[in-house]
Amino acid sequence: MKPLSIDQFAAQLRPETQRSVYESTKSTHEKRTKVLFDHFPDPNRLRELAGQIKQHVIENLDTYLPAVEAKLQAHGAKVHWAATAESANQTVLSILRARGATKLVKAKTMVSEEIGLGPFLEKHGIESLETDLGEFIVQIDHDHPSHIVRPIIHKSRREIAVSFEKNGLGAYNDEPAVITRRAREFLRQKYLQADVGLTGANFVVAETGRLVLVTNEGNSRFSLAAPKCHIALVGIEKILPRDRDLALFLNLLARSATAQQLTVYTEFISGPKAPTQPDGPEEMHVIFVDAGRTEVLASECREILRCIRCGACMNVCPVYRQASGHAYRAVYPGPVGAVLSPLLAGNRFPELADLPKASTLCGACSEVCPVNIPIPDLLLRLRNKNKLAHGPSSGTPPMGAWSVLASQPTAWKTSLAFGKAVGLVPYVPRAFKPSVLRAWDDHRTLPEWRGGEFRRWLAARKR
Amino acid sequence: MSNPERQRPTGKRVQLMATCLCDAFYADVARATVEVLEHLGCTVEFPDGQTCCGQPAFNAGDWAASRRVVRHVVRTFAGDAPVIVPSSSCAAMLSHGAPEEFAHEPDLPEILALGQRTWELADFIVNGLGVTTWPGRYETKAAFHRSCHARGTGTADAVRTLLRSLAGAELVEFDEAEQCCGFGGTFSVTFPHISSNMGHLKLEKIRAARPDLLIGVDTSCLMHLGGIANRDGAPIKTQHIAQVLRDALKNGGLL
Repeated sequence: MKPLSIDQFAAQLRPETQRSVYESTKSTHEKRTKVLFDHFPDPNRLRELAGQIKQHVIENLDTYLPAVEAKLQAHGAKVHWAATAESANQTVLSILRARGATKLVKAKTMVSEEIGLGPFLEKHGIESLETDLGEFIVQIDHDHPSHIVRPIIHKSRREIAVSFEKNGLGAYNDEPAVITRRAREFLRQKYLQADVGLTGANFVVAETGRLVLVTNEGNSRFSLAAPKCHIALVGIEKILPRDRDLALFLNLLARSATAQQLTVYTEFISGPKAPTQPDGPEEMHVIFVDAGRTEVLASECREILRCIRCGACMNVCPVYRQASGHAYRAVYPGPVGAVLSPLLAGNRFPELADLPKASTLCGACSEVCPVNIPIPDLLLRLRNKNKLAHGPSSGTPPMGAWSVLASQPTAWKTSLAFGKAVGLVPYVPRAFKPSVLRAWDDHRTLPEWRGGEFRRWLAARKR
Repeated sequence: MSNPERQRPTGKRVQLMATCLCDAFYADVARATVEVLEHLGCTVEFPDGQTCCGQPAFNAGDWAASRRVVRHVVRTFAGDAPVIVPSSSCAAMLSHGAPEEFAHEPDLPEILALGQRTWELADFIVNGLGVTTWPGRYETKAAFHRSCHARGTGTADAVRTLLRSLAGAELVEFDEAEQCCGFGGTFSVTFPHISSNMGHLKLEKIRAARPDLLIGVDTSCLMHLGGIANRDGAPIKTQHIAQVLRDALKNGGLL
């Protein structure tokens, strides 16, 4: 069955779901703006600077990646390179097999969603448990995250309470405090039983080989403290050059993502447990994941690799607010996803070619992006890429004929005079399929046709 | 949507780009633009061969088709006089969009030069001509919709400067003013549900501030919002900034 278009998905979304996605993204966006402008005289200057640093990083990955590998190895970590999603999954599995591990606890990492690690491990008989509350709920519901920072933004507490009851986590109770306590009690045992803790990394510092993780629930700390082995899955673009850059990026990330000055937990990890340290994992693996990123780097949209996964663009995006994350049919939704998801899809790009069109190009996303990604420009470049590769797709008006008309003044003026009948003005959908005309007319009236009237007024004045 | 540093115009000769929407629907907006510019002492030329700025094809991803139109714009608006557009959207197309789609084309310098001398009307009045007060009178309690293409440009501040100085005019603030109206060109017909919801939301926020008029700098946003309000049987009065400025002059006996 053909999947629903983003507009169709939005249309069938339950009104209460749409409303709550809208309200919570609006609220986070407004707090984010307030906290940034309250705390810094010119946050836009910080966004520009952070964008320049990340742009520098992605253009110099060839030197930064070997540098970070050397640092990590010097600290005793094992470094792996995964060119594809499959190879990343296999690498995780082989580490687990080598240790005879069967139980894994997992902190929130979008790259693991991207490569489909959970289902892969389950297929191979490994118990892989999400420890971030939102991701845990997604997992017990066999659902998918709909927001990169707030995976269950589409769920109500009533739905969550029902899921908990169904999964044997206590009788129905939709109090957030109770839900959280029950999850915590359940997960605490799991941390102690786990053989391996798996995390992502928000940043990896090249000069020190430091992995930096930010969370609000402390689940990543537990995932690191209890199991004897730590695996970090890291996208190759996560590098920062220097420790001092963290000052800028941590300040921007927490404020942009959740309107916090700093997340509750910020962890700096340089390697496995040192002999002098009392606890911590005795074995540490860092898997750098490409999975299409070098293709993105080679594309005209490489700026998207600056992304630090804060979700501010989806919080402000009017389309995301109407459609919610699942409408995008991809791991990364919203404005960043509309660029990144089709690019990461590789030869499946055509399946997601509608994503870059899901935007009015309003620019709100680039105005809030902490690394100043020109998202609307990238969306346009992808639309052009799609046009060049696949020709006109359905729903796109015939611009070739229009462009010929719009570069021939006589034809243009004639169409103005007969516009009512011929209808060749681009924003008037009369030249398009009747369904397109209906699309306008169902929701809006058209203003009265006054084709050529201004030109006649001008000519009359001259005489 | 950048607003490159521009030189103030040296003469008073300007070229008017009326926009395709004014050519087809909003004749009075183009007319008001002429009257406002003439009041300011400008000599307004209207290159007769003009059609459209090329944005529909640019946004649709058909950059080859769009470049054909933009090249026609460059030929039509030859010379070095400022090009004045009563639309932040068409202005942004020429100053930002066109350079983007011409990035690898040999005639990029001509495109950049055109973008450098293209101005949205209110931006031109305030930041080009240095006019910061508007004479005449206009009795209204108005909401101003800052178009998305005016993000990061001088347009929105220019409009507010002019309206605040205008006798009789009061500006009301409304919630989420930075949000898009939902028009988005072909988006309005390819994503009709989301587009209409966005429009309804915008109208809801505007109406909560109880204005008697909605002022815009783009006829496209006004066409969409006004069209939704009409379809809902709850019309809202809309005016383009050029019409407000022109009518203020008329009301003050200055035109």
